Amino acid sequence: MIEKALTGSQKYWTWIGVLLVLIASGLYAYGQQLSIGLTVTGMSRDVSWGVYIAQLTFLVGVAASAVMLVLPYYLHDYKKFGKIVILGEFLAVAAVSMCMMFVIADMGKPMRVFNMFFYPSPGSVLFWDATVLTVYLLLNIFCGWVVLQAEAKNVAPPKWIKPFIYLSIPWAVSIHTVTAFLYAGLPGRHLWLTAVLAPRFLASAFAAGPALLILLALLLRKVANFDAGKEAIQKLATIVTYAALTNLFLYGLEFFTAFYSGIPSHQHALQYLFTGLHGYNALVPWTWVSLLLGLGAIALLIFPSIRKQEKILAIACIALFVSLWIDKGICLILGGFVPTPLEHVTEYSVGSLEVMITIGIYAIGALILTVLYKTAITVKQNAAK
Amino acid sequence: MEDSRREFLKKAGVGSLVGLGVVSAVTAIAEKTSAAGSHAPAATSGIRYGMVIDTRKCIEGCTVCSDVCHEIHNVPDHRLPNGDADLKNEIKWIWKEPHANVFPSKSSQFVSSELTKKKHMVLCNHCENPPCVRVCPTQATFKRADGIVLMDFHRCIGCRFCMAACPYGSRSFNWKDPRDADNMKVIGKKGGFDREFPTRERGVVEKCNLCAERLAKGLLPACVEKCPGKAMTFGDLNDENSDIRKVLASTNTIQRKSELGTGPSVFYIV
Repeated sequence: MIEKALTGSQKYWTWIGVLLVLIASGLYAYGQQLSIGLTVTGMSRDVSWGVYIAQLTFLVGVAASAVMLVLPYYLHDYKKFGKIVILGEFLAVAAVSMCMMFVIADMGKPMRVFNMFFYPSPGSVLFWDATVLTVYLLLNIFCGWVVLQAEAKNVAPPKWIKPFIYLSIPWAVSIHTVTAFLYAGLPGRHLWLTAVLAPRFLASAFAAGPALLILLALLLRKVANFDAGKEAIQKLATIVTYAALTNLFLYGLEFFTAFYSGIPSHQHALQYLFTGLHGYNALVPWTWVSLLLGLGAIALLIFPSIRKQEKILAIACIALFVSLWIDKGICLILGGFVPTPLEHVTEYSVGSLEVMITIGIYAIGALILTVLYKTAITVKQNAAK
Repeated sequence: MEDSRREFLKKAGVGSLVGLGVVSAVTAIAEKTSAAGSHAPAATSGIRYGMVIDTRKCIEGCTVCSDVCHEIHNVPDHRLPNGDADLKNEIKWIWKEPHANVFPSKSSQFVSSELTKKKHMVLCNHCENPPCVRVCPTQATFKRADGIVLMDFHRCIGCRFCMAACPYGSRSFNWKDPRDADNMKVIGKKGGFDREFPTRERGVVEKCNLCAERLAKGLLPACVEKCPGKAMTFGDLNDENSDIRKVLASTNTIQRKSELGTGPSVFYIV
């Protein structure tokens, strides 16, 4: 089936070419990082995680959002998602692959990565995160591929695949919960030490992921002559709206607890993000752009009559996706290191090689997604003939 | 009828077993946490090495302990091209911090001017319940039977989860090759590379090891031995007759962020 990705229009190959150039530059930058050390990044003794781990966090959410298609389609028999459920599963495959690459990129000793499995440590959340992400990757590629293969042969999917599909539903919730536990169980990191971190992660994931799926569906209609169907897109828009509101509500709860209780240590990181702390304010513009984009997106999404116009829906989805990317892919992780355990403020500014590596990994993700989507769409279009 | 009754008994049995399991698990956790929550002394079996730092005896401006520690442990002194300390790549095992930074949760109002100006030594607390050990995905950082929290530099994958988990900022990461630091290029001379102790590789985490290598030879930790003010007392916290326990019994001491339940083995007389 994969051979279907080997034929395509000139536009298709140009896109692949662009991705390969970005991947090559990322690989070059990674080579530099390997030979010089992680000192080429903006990370420091005080801010010891940066954009790599932040992208991991954000992309686990994108991966988990596949469940928002799988669950309605397989558990509630919502037929309208039939055409695009594979898009969700394959997006999850690309996203989890990127997550793993970001973890590797962040490691000081990447050649020792298998130590995690040679010396399994059930007390470590990172051990569990690596485990659940690996299984989730396999589940999605397996379920997506088997169902697609059946479609290519014009037969019904085998019955034995159902348990795997059902398993992928709670598994999606587990990957993002476990990822939240990476942070929410650390004493002395007040921005992260909150019981609503896992629910916040899930809510923002179920907003950002389906928003991206809507954008991908609209794009595929243009470039691949593949129509996901208006109704499916509108259903996704409803999911995005509820999830975005839930996320905003949960974020608001953090403010109530921090500022009504009046406990300074609970306020510092939020103050740093929104107003700056001790004169340090590198993340303040990011935070406000994120908040305003998020509120703007919600304003457009909340009225069904407005979100029914697909152009406006696309704008809202872009705004929301960018908003949540800034929130989780930048502010949440960097803000967690402010102030330091010794009450200092150290700021982080991303390194240029770090940016190239990050873009390179996103390009690998986009390449995986392109190849998988090309295969899936060609199979579906052939089956429809 | 008979069948459904049997079914019911079966289900009830399974249900109560599950219930019992949950109850016993919760009680076990509750017992564990109540000990930590009350800040009560730990089980007194075996050795638990610790330290008392008498900040009244710590001399202002003195850095003898950190100098000797960093020297014998080959801690690289990374510098910027202009000669200033390279804070981004900094590695430190023991150093001085202002009082308010060491004890951010202690009283912050009407503090005496002496204490406001005062700086205290900070180092790894060799916690009884170390978060760094809990989060390490490879057990590269681990607590020894004598309570010392150590690093296996050959197993560390450099994920830095331990740095995020440590609530004391005691851990450093080798962003650069430590041997690239100027002081590591001088071999065998004072302040330079000491062949008695290994350097680390780029890409691993390091921190104070409470001079495990000296303790093995029957020596005191270097900081304790060299302190000109004799401000540090080292010993077995589980031994009632040890010097350290006598100091703890006779003076009021505090631990850093004891409210986090980590059980620091470093105590301060302020």
